[in-house]
Amino acid sequence: MSTNAVEMTPAHKEALAELLFQLADDDFLLSYRGSEWLGLAPHIEEDVASSSISQDTMGHAKMYFGLLEELGYGKIDDLAHGRSAKERKNSILVERENGAGYYMETPRYDWAYAVVRNYFYTLAKKVKIDSLKKTTYQPLAEVATKVSMELFYHHIHWRTWFTQLLSSSDEAKERMNKAIEGVMADFGDVFSYGNASQSFKEFALIEDATVLKQRWEAALEEVVKALHIESPIIQQPDRNGRLGEHTEELDRALSTLSEVYRLNPSVPW
Amino acid sequence: MSSSVVAETEEQKYEQFMERINRGEQIEADDWMPEDYRNALIKLISMHGISEIMGALPEKEWVPKAPSIQRKLGIMAKVQDEMGHGQLLLRVAEDLLKPTGKTRDGIMQDLFTGKLKFHNVFHMPAPSWGDAGLIGWLVDGAAIITQTNMLNSSYAPYSRALHRICAEEVFHAQHGESIIMALAEGTEEQREMVQDAVTRWWESLLLFFGPPSSQVGKSKQDITIKYKIRPKTNEELRQAFLTKYVPRILSLGLEIPDPTIRFDEEKQEWIYQQPDWSKLKEIMKNNGPKSQERLNLRRVSYENNAWVREALGQIS
Repeated sequence: MSTNAVEMTPAHKEALAELLFQLADDDFLLSYRGSEWLGLAPHIEEDVASSSISQDTMGHAKMYFGLLEELGYGKIDDLAHGRSAKERKNSILVERENGAGYYMETPRYDWAYAVVRNYFYTLAKKVKIDSLKKTTYQPLAEVATKVSMELFYHHIHWRTWFTQLLSSSDEAKERMNKAIEGVMADFGDVFSYGNASQSFKEFALIEDATVLKQRWEAALEEVVKALHIESPIIQQPDRNGRLGEHTEELDRALSTLSEVYRLNPSVPW
Repeated sequence: MSSSVVAETEEQKYEQFMERINRGEQIEADDWMPEDYRNALIKLISMHGISEIMGALPEKEWVPKAPSIQRKLGIMAKVQDEMGHGQLLLRVAEDLLKPTGKTRDGIMQDLFTGKLKFHNVFHMPAPSWGDAGLIGWLVDGAAIITQTNMLNSSYAPYSRALHRICAEEVFHAQHGESIIMALAEGTEEQREMVQDAVTRWWESLLLFFGPPSSQVGKSKQDITIKYKIRPKTNEELRQAFLTKYVPRILSLGLEIPDPTIRFDEEKQEWIYQQPDWSKLKEIMKNNGPKSQERLNLRRVSYENNAWVREALGQIS
């Protein structure tokens, strides 16, 4: 049975907002990391393609922030730009820098890391979105349907890069395997709901994290088996972004992405 | 192949070529063309293409920093378009370069060694969000004027690419104008941001169109006009820019940093303080304020990703 905001209890609304913040912050930060790559991708064609994906992803974040605005949590841009690191619910994976160096100076960005992070994240997002199509909150189910249409292409795009680079030169394989290690070291909280697992279940917002995790592992297993590499296993997180535990990399990201906004948050730009 | 074709001398081919040009016909990539036509096109189009790509860099800084989600989306799409234009143009240049054996990698190497120039405006600093707006509004506005001038270029592949590019540039100018309007109607701090940007960019905008013909003598400008790659001179384009934008700048209550600028009704032309042309010469030697920094950024990303391009050639 679907619900709408009017008939929700405070506990129900709080659980829904928690989920929306997790979804919004994930997409917003990953899109931000993508936007730092703009102009620096391995070739011009890829620059154009991955920028489209970053724009779609930013659009998804905007839809989730929009649902939060409707629920009375503040304006979209304040939610996106004005919250401190402690208040952010994104996973550690999406806040990680693209590589060494500032994006305007001498960025030694790692394309292997970009490919693995985007592919593994997109696959996780797909698993979540498929589950969210059946959420009890109808406006979120509608967003999930829209996201799903774009996600189809994002998934193909990153899977292609992933399989191609792992079927190529020794150097590429080595870099990709190192990137898989790096990405998996941060993957522990991607499927975490923080402290909200019980309430998500109670209000039937999204399926259990254990179920989604298994779907992700099963989907990936098929792809990696063909590439003769070991299946990545999701570990328990050392640090959980869903609980507001973050790295300094997030602080630096927030300071950059809100630099102009903070000059005067109360006026239109 | 018929014997009459074989018997054609270079001179006859050239005559026929010029007849086609003068009839207003367009030339395709695999048609016969004189060497100086091909060379002028290669120079023009590879510079145009690489300028689009280098042009992503001054604005790039403001993509992650844009002050709202809507602005972030807008400027990301805008810079992406510039990269896309670069791609379209480099493909046109690559076809022209085919007989010479040169590839895209060669174009990039020419950029790094300074043999291939990129447009003067992209050597300039863009230190505030106001610059991000101004680049869209006036730099793209200027680009629309020069590119519209070549829409019906005698070289068909370039003409087709420009039709697509110009359509998108119109959106860019609107995107820039929207940022500028929000700032111009905003707080004192926001207004100052725009005024500073106008002051900072004015001279570069005049330099953008290149020197008037008389100052350079026999230039590539003359060759491009002879072959109908472009119909108007640099000065005519600059005048068109001033006619379009001076009233708009003033109507926003902004000042142009040239107290002498005026439209002479009698001569029907703008009288303005000449920019310092020596700056353009320095920029052409990659000695502009940001030339080395931008080239470094492009070089770092090119070298950093070399393994990816190599790997793509070795997929099993």
